[in-house]
Amino acid sequence: MADFEPKIIAFLCNWCAYAGADLAGVSRLQYPDNVRPIRVMCSSSVSFENILKGFQMGTDGVFVGG
Amino acid sequence: MESKKITFILDGMEVEAKEGATLLSVADHYNIHIPTLCHHKALEPAGLCRLCTVRVSKGSWSRFVTSCNYPVWEGMEVETASEEVIEHRKMIVELLLAKCVNNEFVRELATQFGIEAPMLETRDDDCILCGLCVRMCERIGTRAIVFSGRGTQMEVATPFDKFSETCVACGACDFICPTGHIKLSEITDKEIRPIPSEYDEGLRGRKPIYVPYAQAVPNIPAIDRTKCAHFLTGDCKICADFCPTGAIDHKQVDEEVEIEVGAIVLATGCQVFDPGNRDIYSYNKSPNVVTSLEFERILAATGPYSGHLVRPSDEKEPEKIAWIQCVGSRDVHPGTKPYCSAVCCTYAIKEAIVAKEHSKDSLDAAIFYIDIRTQGKDFERYYNRAKKAGVRFIKSKISNIVQVDDNGNQLIRYTDETGRRVEEEFDMVVLSVGLEPAPDVQELAERLGIELDDNNFSNTGSFTPVSTSKPGIYACGVLQGPKDIPYSVMQASAAASAASSELAAVRGTLVQEKTHPSEQDVSAQPPQIGVFVCNCGVNVGGIARVPEVVEYAKSLPNVIYAEENLFTCSQDAQKSMRETIAEKKLNRVVVAACSPRTHEPLFQETMKAAGLNKYLFEMANIRNQNSWVHQNDPDAATAKAKDLVRMAVAKATLLEALEEQHLDITPAALVVGGGLAGMRAALSIAESGYAVHLVEKADRLGGQANHVHWTWKGEDVQPFLINLDKEIRQHPLITVHLGAEVTYMSGFVGNFHSTLTSAGTSQEAITIDHGAVVVATGGVPYRPEEYLYGEDSRVFIAHELDDLVARQDPMISEGRSCIFIQCVGSRNDERPYCSQICCSNSLISAMKIKEINPDIDIYILYRDIRTYGLKEALYTEARAKGIMFIRYSLEDPPTVTVGEEGELEVEVIDQMFRRPLSIQADFINLATAMEPAANEDIARHLKVPLNQDGFFAEAHVKLRPVDFATDGIFVCGLAHYPKDVEESLAQAMAAAARAASLLAKRIWVSSALVAHIDAETCVGCQGCLNGCSYGAIDFLADKHICQVNIAICKGCGSCAAACPSGSARLAGFARQQLNAQIVASMRGI
Repeated sequence: MADFEPKIIAFLCNWCAYAGADLAGVSRLQYPDNVRPIRVMCSSSVSFENILKGFQMGTDGVFVGG
Repeated sequence: MESKKITFILDGMEVEAKEGATLLSVADHYNIHIPTLCHHKALEPAGLCRLCTVRVSKGSWSRFVTSCNYPVWEGMEVETASEEVIEHRKMIVELLLAKCVNNEFVRELATQFGIEAPMLETRDDDCILCGLCVRMCERIGTRAIVFSGRGTQMEVATPFDKFSETCVACGACDFICPTGHIKLSEITDKEIRPIPSEYDEGLRGRKPIYVPYAQAVPNIPAIDRTKCAHFLTGDCKICADFCPTGAIDHKQVDEEVEIEVGAIVLATGCQVFDPGNRDIYSYNKSPNVVTSLEFERILAATGPYSGHLVRPSDEKEPEKIAWIQCVGSRDVHPGTKPYCSAVCCTYAIKEAIVAKEHSKDSLDAAIFYIDIRTQGKDFERYYNRAKKAGVRFIKSKISNIVQVDDNGNQLIRYTDETGRRVEEEFDMVVLSVGLEPAPDVQELAERLGIELDDNNFSNTGSFTPVSTSKPGIYACGVLQGPKDIPYSVMQASAAASAASSELAAVRGTLVQEKTHPSEQDVSAQPPQIGVFVCNCGVNVGGIARVPEVVEYAKSLPNVIYAEENLFTCSQDAQKSMRETIAEKKLNRVVVAACSPRTHEPLFQETMKAAGLNKYLFEMANIRNQNSWVHQNDPDAATAKAKDLVRMAVAKATLLEALEEQHLDITPAALVVGGGLAGMRAALSIAESGYAVHLVEKADRLGGQANHVHWTWKGEDVQPFLINLDKEIRQHPLITVHLGAEVTYMSGFVGNFHSTLTSAGTSQEAITIDHGAVVVATGGVPYRPEEYLYGEDSRVFIAHELDDLVARQDPMISEGRSCIFIQCVGSRNDERPYCSQICCSNSLISAMKIKEINPDIDIYILYRDIRTYGLKEALYTEARAKGIMFIRYSLEDPPTVTVGEEGELEVEVIDQMFRRPLSIQADFINLATAMEPAANEDIARHLKVPLNQDGFFAEAHVKLRPVDFATDGIFVCGLAHYPKDVEESLAQAMAAAARAASLLAKRIWVSSALVAHIDAETCVGCQGCLNGCSYGAIDFLADKHICQVNIAICKGCGSCAAACPSGSARLAGFARQQLNAQIVASMRGI
């Protein structure tokens, strides 16, 4: 497990979390590259199906930021 | 002329280069690293350090050359890393090590070359004579340092070993020196200090070329001409060498532009008080005494300490912080201001709460105050929250603040409320500095010919809150007086309203409409995607390998074209993108660059210009969410960029052309409530040229204003009200409905339908159509049950007493003593808000009474006197006139009884003397809370929210103070929160401006990114309806299905997530489109 690298899908609300991720970039905050962001118009639009689809495709974690 | 291309052999591979280019630059282009010491892109190559030595040969001829200044030629063969070359470089490094045997940089370099100790005699020097400093200084244009001596005696020095007059202390030599030999302090005797960053309040430095702050508009660097070396010496211009787009033009000069306008709005803002002007605060003596703005930067994640709560002197986390209120405000010393700055109490409380949240251990936060003035909407609750969180509030008068020796702490000496002298030590002190007009306001006022008041705020009247003394020129924000964000925003809209009323006749006459080519229908075509990958200068390309990403993009399904751009957002690139779309017949475009939040609209414009639907566009965020956050890992950044492009392409494949809906707007407004705010809103909308229905349930207009006699500035309200009433009745566009109520409303932005019913008459209900609604339902004064109100005829509430004062009743003119009790029904558990107007009202009334009857004793029993802003003048004047102020506490409220001889007796525990006082009064005035009207019905009809106190809840308390989250509905006046005549009028004008700007559109363009429900598959379960925060979904009972009203839909997509049958779908972000991204994201990670 020592070299386990999780694969994470992040659903980011366009108005807050996605903007926050942009700001993290502007501020040059460095973080691991395991996350693949997906922009949504509201965290409430992320359906169970989307989350399950992520796990089905092999993600190790789903992050919903909103 | 293009220089000739030549080919030669570089480390065994055949390469192409421009004739005359240096070997080093060509090697760099082919990613071959050659070590250098004396090379710098900004400077002419000098060949001084010889570390870049390579071997050049042709046939049997060969020699060692310095690659930095050796030009390439046809047919040459170059070795950059052969054993011989490395040995050659090793010798150079060994010589350097011998010279600078203790220098860290040189030792590190030697280690890289595998040298442990030099075999030669050593010296303890730290200059490697690379000459970077000398050449840099020459480039800067100062020549303040030179090489002196020759051979082994050569060294870097200032001319004649004297400090050079020409040195500008720019520090470039110090910056560029690799070994630390050059220290600016040894080069010059000029003052060396960083350029203080304006944005960080001088807590850190900035460069002469800088982006003022992260949110600056436009977000591009500016050159500070007073600090830039080029403007000091005429040389340098190194920035221009580095700018890949050639955007830097040092020849730009200020331009004078003349424009013709019909109205001017002044919003010149304010600056904060400089506490250095008052030496009691030790602001200039201790780094740990900071202003509140400096403290904001300390708390900010983007600030000098990355949001860690530390104090400047030693960057230790403080355990005790004190806030000192009224610094520069409510003060009579030279350089300070007599008025209250209105915002500092609330911001100090905010800083204390945030600081407590930031602190690892439990921070001791104390606020030293005179009166806590949390009069704004929801601010009193915030104050209560701070008290609960343990913030200490100390009513006090500050004597001085002195730095405690050694430990960097401050000793605060103060007098407490009871007159006791106290001292307390704090790790850090924050000065809550007040607001004052911008420094050049006097000059501006003179130029424009507008009047300023004694404090240099623009002179405006209560009835025309944004009009300056000159017609056509309007003022808003702190230029007009100290105020907070919501009120500034309201005034801004009010100024827009005043200006647009004036310009109503010529509205739209200067508008030029933009046209686009007609849109191609690509629905029948298979996806043909073009991918444009942006280098963003070096922002992306310097980290992720863009050419590799482009090649990868070409391999993806449906991608028929991919290219890289230096800057995809540049005008040239937009033009070429349009051409590429046409030439390659692209029908979908992916741009891999920065964030869609900032750049999607720009590229969508290009799509429209190319005749494509703008929704056939997708972005991959490979800068903000990739190269910038993985700066040290080019491999990871390249791999993630490929993934992000693959995800964007997967979604782009499923994109569809979307259409924005255009709906006609009914050019009329409904104003609910005919009080002062409703009247003003109606008149302003009508003045902008739109029909207005003004509905008032009483049988006359005016509302609470009918009971108000004076404004705090002394203006007479009743004549103004009569005149306003007349103007409204005479205005051809206004229909007044008296004795009527809104009993039903349907529709949505631009298309509302309301039913008005007249109470108590046989009149039939009428229906009106309108495009906007202004809610101005007003407020009512609280009728107290306490203090013998209603039982004893000598106990009044404010407007009852004012009626007596206005007609100089004998009780007023002959009374010997009267008492005002403040906060009756306000700021308690039942109504935990401040009614904002009562302190000023009581002072106005008290002074009117004193004017009529100078011998009367007037006592005002208060908790905090909240004469915020310029109204502080009332408090100053009232005290000068001998009105007596006695503070009581919420826990020990006064009691009112009738004495044996029938006299009114008030008992109160004076907080200053901490003992009970008994005062007799001939009459008592109760300053009662302002309550909202019964708003529940109208809130239900409009589907807009009320807050917990029953006032309407606006869309955003700071930035959208007159809007509701529902489009087309606006709020003003007491329905929003208690406020005085001037603020009510300003807010009414603001609501009118917002309504008029909607009506002026004539057509409502609803976003295309809205939800749709498939009528075929919907089973009518209404799961979506319950989840919709905007009331955009209707249940059609007859068809048993749900339907989205796209004019109301905000495109959040919660319905789509909630829908069990998959019938609800958010255009542009459909479940299948997200799934395509999810599937694509997991391939290849």
